[in-house]
Amino acid sequence: MRLALAAARATAFASRASGRGGGTTLPGRVLTALAPDAPRRLAARLPRGCVLVSATNGKTTTCALLAEVLRGRVELARNSAGANLASGIASALAVREAATAELGLFECDEAALPAIAAQLEPSAIALGNLFRDQLDRYGELELVAARWRELVSLLDPATTLVVAADDPLTASLAEGHPTVVRYGIDDPSVALPVAPHAADARFCVRCGHAYDYRAAYVGHLSDYHCPNCGNERAPLDLAARAIHLRGLDGTSFDLCRGDERVRVELALPGLYNVENALAAAALAGVLGEPLAVIAEGLGRFHGAFGRFQRLRVGEADLVLLLIKNPAGANEVLRILPGDDASLLFALNDRTADGRDVSWIWDVDWELVASRLQHVVCSGTRAGDAALRLKYAGVDPALIEVVPDVAQGLDRLAELSAGGTGYVLPTYTAMLELQGVAAGRGLSRPYWEEAAA
Amino acid sequence: MRLVLCQLYPEHLSIYADRGNVQVIRRRLEWRGHELEERPLRVGESLDAGAADLYLIGGGQDRDQMLVAEDLQRHRDALHGAVAGGAAVLAVCGGYQLAGHRYVGQDGSVMPGIGLLDLETQAGETRLIGDIVCECDLGDGGGTRTMVGFENHAGKTLLGTGCDPLARVVSGHGNDGSSGYEGARSGLVLGTYVHGPLLPKNPWLADWLIERALERRHGAIELEPLDDRLESAAAEAAAAR
Repeated sequence: MRLALAAARATAFASRASGRGGGTTLPGRVLTALAPDAPRRLAARLPRGCVLVSATNGKTTTCALLAEVLRGRVELARNSAGANLASGIASALAVREAATAELGLFECDEAALPAIAAQLEPSAIALGNLFRDQLDRYGELELVAARWRELVSLLDPATTLVVAADDPLTASLAEGHPTVVRYGIDDPSVALPVAPHAADARFCVRCGHAYDYRAAYVGHLSDYHCPNCGNERAPLDLAARAIHLRGLDGTSFDLCRGDERVRVELALPGLYNVENALAAAALAGVLGEPLAVIAEGLGRFHGAFGRFQRLRVGEADLVLLLIKNPAGANEVLRILPGDDASLLFALNDRTADGRDVSWIWDVDWELVASRLQHVVCSGTRAGDAALRLKYAGVDPALIEVVPDVAQGLDRLAELSAGGTGYVLPTYTAMLELQGVAAGRGLSRPYWEEAAA
Repeated sequence: MRLVLCQLYPEHLSIYADRGNVQVIRRRLEWRGHELEERPLRVGESLDAGAADLYLIGGGQDRDQMLVAEDLQRHRDALHGAVAGGAAVLAVCGGYQLAGHRYVGQDGSVMPGIGLLDLETQAGETRLIGDIVCECDLGDGGGTRTMVGFENHAGKTLLGTGCDPLARVVSGHGNDGSSGYEGARSGLVLGTYVHGPLLPKNPWLADWLIERALERRHGAIELEPLDDRLESAAAEAAAAR
């Protein structure tokens, strides 16, 4: 393995030095090609083992939040955003910095999670929300759930599962496992008036009857109840209560565990980030961190790579909000402020985005269509983006199709001069925009911090 | 004028954004001063087959599709009656399979359809996924048009003699990946694997369905043209890939 490790590190060095990428997956491929068992052995060397995080939405932010909580307290080996397949995690274990790490913290692609978990034998796994996402790549939601179900059945009973209790599908997977920490939102005052149609788990996992939502929070993430068989959300071990949503300025809530309660001031917008903060807090709790430390760490955090960043372009302040699937995109639309917003919708259909862009029709653009000032549509599927907004009710005269993402960014900056504009890119469009911004030196401090 | 649309099992059969097709029909009616009335059919409900001018059957996850397939059998006769009474049907993906006689799984299990189209579907080994471009002539004097979208299906659909292919594949897989045909048509019943959704980038097909549906109640009509420049641009971009 020593040779394999040396080769992997040399690859990482060469990859970074050549500027062809951060060396986030290739070193891992080299490592496992030379020593297939190396990731397991490297993980076993970590004094505190490793924890894994998976979900459809929020993996990256959850890991970044947890890393902030643990900053200065626990030395981490981490995979970088996006490199969440086995190769990315192997790379993170191979780099020189990992040799001094105490704990591995890895975000895992939903489909790749079972194989990674089998190899790394984590002390805890966070199973977050499951939403419909990239049907062409993952297949149906049920397939991902079936893989996770099998993973849980094979799991060491000592492995703690941290589970999104608000997601009926995810919650059902943990049933029967002896060590489970369930987190969720418990504040009906911030519930949706009606469950949105992008709710993907509307029918009882046990009997197939439609759920009755006592409170729906994010898509189908809810306090659910089946009127037919009585299946309902399990009691929460960790809950967010007294939630105050302040739009793009952030979110405050009480983090409650048993009799303990501490106020969290989160700099991230929207209920979906409360879910992410809860997942991070639950994992931190499993790792033995006190609630006060958790709250303080969550409050220090300002946004993960591309998920919530601000850019100054020309005369405009631009806010960058990644959208990947209907559930996540609907949450982003919910936090868009007030009237007369202009936005750039950058829609790519590369493999990492999902080749099938039909999901944009399951996003509730109708809710914001009437208050959009201008819309710029960019990306490999700019035309589809424009059509979606036209049929949502945006006046076609206000829609501009500018396929090149960099030019789209500039056009939005022109249209938003003196004010704020919103950039909604899919994953690879976000990467393009990162490249543009980095190349022009446009990034604000957030950005360097998040990208580091 | 008012068009009554019945979407079958919208909560179960809408995995590929089938509501996008509904939205296109709604807007293209509204932009011309007409209106859409939706009368969806849900599991366990009864169907007033004479009420709707147009039926939409979308696609669902396997589990949901099996759940509704059973319920759908109750409405088999009513739906045949509706078609005989001049209603139009658009069936997409899983809905296309359900509109046929049956779907035969890899283990030999049979999920019965409603036989609106003379075809059956056999589960395949691999999924046929990707952009698809076809040529389609509806025989309405509009000539051959380009139909674009995305397909994602494991089923291979074989047409009987009682229906015609809807389109010819230019690039992509189509019904079975080998025949060169995509979709099926029998009168006003259309079935296809093309989603994306289907209608936004193929507005001519949306208008054809709207016209046929409106004619059922209001006699021969001709819809006024709309400004479809964004639609055409998106379709051309998709076809040029």
